[in-house]
Amino acid sequence: MSSADREAKAERIRHLLETEGDAVEANTLGFNRGRYESVAELEDYEALKTEARAIKEDAIERLPELIDEVRAAVEENGGTVYLADDAADANRYIREVASEKSADRVVKSKSMTSEELEVNEALERDGVDVVETDLGEWVLQVADDAPSHIVAPAIHKSREEIARLFNTQFDPEEPLETAEELTMFARERLGELIADADVGMTGANFITADSGSIMLVTSEGNARKSAVVPDTHVAVAGVEKIVPSVEDLAPFIELIGRSGTGQDITSYISLLTPPVDSPVVDFDDPDVAFADRDDDREFHLVLIDNGRTALREDEHLRETLYCIRCSACANTCANFQSVGGHAFGGETYTGGIATGWEAGVHGQDSAAEFNDLCTGCSRCVEACPVKIDIPWINTVVRDRINREGDDGRFEFLVEGLTPDEEPAGLDLQKRLFGNYETLAKLGSATAPLSNWTASVGPVRSLMERLVGIDGRRELPEFERRTLVDWFEARGPRVPAGDADREVVLYPDVYTNYVDVERGKAAVRVLESLGVHVRIPSVPGSGRAPLSQGMIETADEKASRVYAALAEHVDAGRDVVAIEPSDLAMFRSEYEKLLPEQSYERLRERSYDVLEYVYGLLENGADGTGLRTGDGGPEIAYHSHCQQRTLGLDRYTRAVLEELEYDVIESDVECCGMAGSFGYKREYYELSMDVGDRLAEQFTEPEARERLVVASGTSCEEQLGDLLARDAVHPVEVLDPQSRSRLE
Amino acid sequence: MSIDTGVASERFEAALADLDVPVTYAEPTAFDRTLRSIARDPAIGTPLPFESVSLPEWVDEDPTPTSLESAKTGITAASMAIADYGSVVLPATDEGAEQVSLFPDLHVAVVRLADIVPNMQTAIDRLGPHLRDGGSAIVATGPSATADMGALVQGAHGPKEVHVVVLRGTESETAGETDE
Ligand code: SF4
Repeated sequence: MSSADREAKAERIRHLLETEGDAVEANTLGFNRGRYESVAELEDYEALKTEARAIKEDAIERLPELIDEVRAAVEENGGTVYLADDAADANRYIREVASEKSADRVVKSKSMTSEELEVNEALERDGVDVVETDLGEWVLQVADDAPSHIVAPAIHKSREEIARLFNTQFDPEEPLETAEELTMFARERLGELIADADVGMTGANFITADSGSIMLVTSEGNARKSAVVPDTHVAVAGVEKIVPSVEDLAPFIELIGRSGTGQDITSYISLLTPPVDSPVVDFDDPDVAFADRDDDREFHLVLIDNGRTALREDEHLRETLYCIRCSACANTCANFQSVGGHAFGGETYTGGIATGWEAGVHGQDSAAEFNDLCTGCSRCVEACPVKIDIPWINTVVRDRINREGDDGRFEFLVEGLTPDEEPAGLDLQKRLFGNYETLAKLGSATAPLSNWTASVGPVRSLMERLVGIDGRRELPEFERRTLVDWFEARGPRVPAGDADREVVLYPDVYTNYVDVERGKAAVRVLESLGVHVRIPSVPGSGRAPLSQGMIETADEKASRVYAALAEHVDAGRDVVAIEPSDLAMFRSEYEKLLPEQSYERLRERSYDVLEYVYGLLENGADGTGLRTGDGGPEIAYHSHCQQRTLGLDRYTRAVLEELEYDVIESDVECCGMAGSFGYKREYYELSMDVGDRLAEQFTEPEARERLVVASGTSCEEQLGDLLARDAVHPVEVLDPQSRSRLE
Repeated sequence: MSIDTGVASERFEAALADLDVPVTYAEPTAFDRTLRSIARDPAIGTPLPFESVSLPEWVDEDPTPTSLESAKTGITAASMAIADYGSVVLPATDEGAEQVSLFPDLHVAVVRLADIVPNMQTAIDRLGPHLRDGGSAIVATGPSATADMGALVQGAHGPKEVHVVVLRGTESETAGETDE
């Protein structure tokens, strides 16, 4: 990316932060909070997710056969099924239906699939009046704006804006102001438009193959009206919406509203088996009783392929088809919470999973526009009701986009920083961050000179211009003496013979070259608990290249890490990681990068350092050598996003509490720095905006004076920038030698 | 069975309370009086498929598009209620039950005590055969609502209020089997 492109991107993000950011933030945070509360009430939440996923896995596996089954069921009911190859094919069919009905007006309920088709434009070109009846969609239609969220399309609009829009467009007798007035105005107007519509269009959240039914999840009731008032109903849906049977719907009904807007259930779950028995509401025959009518309803199910069959064949992107479009991945995403779908979305789909959808239905270019907004924080993974590994999809697409690049002009600049298999066209910025390990090695070897050079003005501005490292960020300073070197000279203090447990402390790149102190603290904490510690030289985990979409490099690193650790694992030593993002590699991403057995073995043996301390204390280790909260500082703790997703934050909390620290904890999804993200020129403002939510919590009166503690490197850096107070790793708090340093 | 029904109805009541949906219990003999105290005129409805009760004559049982638009109350039968969620299951009928439950500002759903099922899976399992038989149904939970205009408003396209009437003393009718 050129520096001008970077500036343009930064400018666009800045603009969205200013104009839409507040409304998006308020709404997504509300949805997300609702999700937490609502799923907490579900006793069998995990079991429901597992069941939902199994149903989708099975359905996508058997898709061709289910399509045939749906066709047979719908036709037996008296409806028609059309399987459309792509958008143009679907639109042609829908236009034909409209023209056969001589339709002047089509009323539509909200459907992302029809947005994907751009069917409104196609019908309007034929002179058909298309009316969106979902209130949010209608607002956008009136405003000539595009959805910014897959469930709540107009979340970026405030009430004041909508009032202004309606008052100018419709010039009502009394200016509209309150949400109630605006809603009633819309209801009335849309009610009239629905009353004399000729065709009703809906989407379908699910389709059941056994009965030919469609399920619609709504709260307003407009989908019900659109489906039953006119005599012709067209439902459009991607083929992936099919599930085998009616009984399969139950877990999805329980999960979809909770995951999305945080409602236990939406007002209406419509289970329609069209053509439905309900009589047509014919306002041209207003006094004929419904019971006396003999309607001949028409129903068309338009199933869309549009790239889905190819997605199904794609081993990495196939999971996209399990998506039930609940929006949890958008609401939980810290970047989405700041900018919404107008930045974090492609031609149609928005939010975390949008990369998969856009790559599948519109192609890589559409996905490329926003793919980098996924920082891989993984908070969406536990939010997703069908357990899709969304960050992995984003990484795979990023890797493919990298391979398309053609900008290799500055390659010579990073010669020596590129010992990898990655394509030459890879963006220079990605190349730099992806090879952070090499950079750190070099930097450490030449420190303090390297630190001095990196801090001088001309070098910083060159870095900003060429590589896009924002000049406002402080750069980490490399230590001349690495953790591995320090330990080699010092040696272990608890002999293997005296210890119950032997540990390999993983010298992650950051701890080894930059924050050596936290590594030393970890050694002292483990040793004070009677553990024999070793720190062999082990390569970087591959997190850095992976986050830039350099999968081959990450793969290579994973193999080297495993090679370096295999013998220790075989010897019964535990692997303890200080940096949560590296532990997350061992526990999650390595499943994709290592042979299954190797992955399993490493996963079973590796721990987060505080998780390990917790286990030692639980098993009776003597903790009296550790520094306790008695006399120790009060703590404001920010757990790391990947650590939370793995459910490991609770160990840090438990240890701190057991040692009688007074702890308050942040509850934001991510600090906003997210590895290299916050350093990038084009994302600096966004990173700080995300970080503000964390900063706010830690500047509240009850937190303001506390020691800031964070588990992740990037969180520490970000908190340092946000608060102008240094943050430390929890293991440093416990360090028997830390008294003087932290008080 | 009766114990189960008791527990389920308590949970149903609690769920409805969370939704701010009032519930009234009625013996068949007091059914008319109960409805009278809830419904606002003009009221329309579709025939109730229960042996023990039918709609009183002040309810227009032959709705038309005109009466649909002017009615203040719509009364329809629910084939089930779901205790966990406070939902009522509203079958679509060719007499227009779907429309009657949707257009007027107040929807009164009538459900038998014995038709309260504990959870979603049970409800969907019972709906399976009905849907495979060509039937349709709405699982309705509370009034119609939207937050699209900047705050939560009830009555976006459908009813602003819902009132549930639970019919007691009909346990002799086979529980769980609906007559639609
Ligand atoms: S990917 Fe998962 S969380 Fe995101 S919209 Fe789809 S189902 Fe929901």
